[in-house]
Amino acid sequence: MDISLQNVEYRYQVNTPFERLAIKDVSIDIPSGTFLAIIGHTGSGKSTVLQHLNALLKPTEGQVVIGERMITPVKKQKNLKEIRQRVGIVFQFPEHQLFEETVEKDICFGPMNFGVSVEEAQKRAKAAIGQVGLPEEILSKSPFDLSGGQMRRVAIAGVLAMEPDVIVLDEPTAGLDPRGRKEIMDMFYSLHGTRGLSTVLVTHSMEDASRYADQIVIMHNGEVYKKGTPKEIFSSPEGLLKLGLDVPEVVRFQLKMEKSLSIRLSKTCLTMDELTDEIAAVMKRGTAT
Amino acid sequence: MTEPLVELKNVSFTYDAEAAYALNNVSFNIYKGEWLAIVGHNGSGKSTLAKLLNGLHFPLEGCITVGGISLSEETVWEARKKIGMVFQNPDNQFVGTTVRDDVAFGLENHGIERSDMVQRVTESLEKVKMTSFLNQEPHHLSGGQKQRVAIAGVIALRPDIIILDESTSMLDPRGREEVLETVRELKRNYNMTVISITHDLEEAAKADRIIVMNKGQLYREGTPEEIFQMDEELVKLGLDIPFPVKLSKVLREKGLPLSRHYLSEEELVEELWTSHSKM
Repeated sequence: MDISLQNVEYRYQVNTPFERLAIKDVSIDIPSGTFLAIIGHTGSGKSTVLQHLNALLKPTEGQVVIGERMITPVKKQKNLKEIRQRVGIVFQFPEHQLFEETVEKDICFGPMNFGVSVEEAQKRAKAAIGQVGLPEEILSKSPFDLSGGQMRRVAIAGVLAMEPDVIVLDEPTAGLDPRGRKEIMDMFYSLHGTRGLSTVLVTHSMEDASRYADQIVIMHNGEVYKKGTPKEIFSSPEGLLKLGLDVPEVVRFQLKMEKSLSIRLSKTCLTMDELTDEIAAVMKRGTAT
Repeated sequence: MTEPLVELKNVSFTYDAEAAYALNNVSFNIYKGEWLAIVGHNGSGKSTLAKLLNGLHFPLEGCITVGGISLSEETVWEARKKIGMVFQNPDNQFVGTTVRDDVAFGLENHGIERSDMVQRVTESLEKVKMTSFLNQEPHHLSGGQKQRVAIAGVIALRPDIIILDESTSMLDPRGREEVLETVRELKRNYNMTVISITHDLEEAAKADRIIVMNKGQLYREGTPEEIFQMDEELVKLGLDIPFPVKLSKVLREKGLPLSRHYLSEEELVEELWTSHSKM
């Protein structure tokens, strides 16, 4: 399912003294199957953009096209349920939203809300728990007896069980240890491929953005500052650094090294392998001359 | 580093009598003025350790001494004056309706005189550079600013030790750097002892000493140089290796004659520069 934000503006609490412009003139295309990363500081408008992706917010200017549906400022929206089912959002610290007696009931809650039968929901729960890498035995346990990492996976399974076409992840790895982070991201990346999902990842981690995303959007002060492929985004890191944003470790190191040695490597490296090859080449060339 | 400020002797603890030990026979010392990083995967026991140090729980076996006081139900209030704790979630530790009230909260609890209190509030907010936010409400602050207020609340009580229990893990990179820089300054200027419980290995690399926890046990103790020589072993423990160490390793594999594995990017660039300019 394609999603497209077209010149979207959003103001909170319009016509009150608290009116605040959160995002303006934001245009982002998310064709079906894209892995998009949205990056920006706290307060840059990332979360506001995210809430437009399944019509939790209605733009105050511009329009959002979600599949066949068009969300505009004027139209009173009815029947948004289908959109909510097709675009699943995994919010920050989703484990805080677990509430049921058992893991199975918690996972079934979403699909059943969308009119799926108990049997079907249970079938989906079983499949989803496997997809997030947990054993089936866990289904009968209380979610509150699980570790933090397991609770997060259960919460994610709850979103997967709705069988969305688009999955939106808001800082899915915050607070996890390095192994947990890598496991969760690898899991989303493989689900993205095998289930043909579109994935939107809102993150602070430049490493994850450059490793997993096809497209990156940088938000700054409520506007799209830059968009492009990881290569395009990180080939001029100076601008990002000026905004106080990080760049991937590899890019940062290349920049430091180029400055110190007064050289330019032949390209912007995004992986450890590319970078070390380039450095090795420079150093060896040096010895030869 | 002479007399230990905190001593743990054969400490064990469990939350649930039937489950495995959350901490199993852990012993180590913490010395005045050091920055000690405690690292380990989720569930390795490092947060339990923090809760025991601050007397939120007590050891099932073994004992903890803080500044000469053996921790128990009776002594916990005395010991807590020496240790301040900053927790993970900035939104869960703001109790006042303004920045000023929030910092005053702990002082009120300790029955500090009003005149003294007013002075300490200003003083500690100066130390974390938050004086311009005195009457701000918490929801107007960023995560990093909230954590700095939490730190002010802690240092207003003038503890010897500050424990950061994953205090930067919910912050964005800018907030994280803000908080760490604040703590570094406190350590530098007031000889504060810092215990930082963290997943962030770049941060741990800057500590004086690192303790690696695994499955409730103290797995290894050493300087950052010693710990990061563990290399793949760290990855097996669910941790990671800091970027400069990883990079030095791969460069060596690709035939560059680096003299060692570097913990900082600056040092690594330095060596590359030196060998490059000799060419």
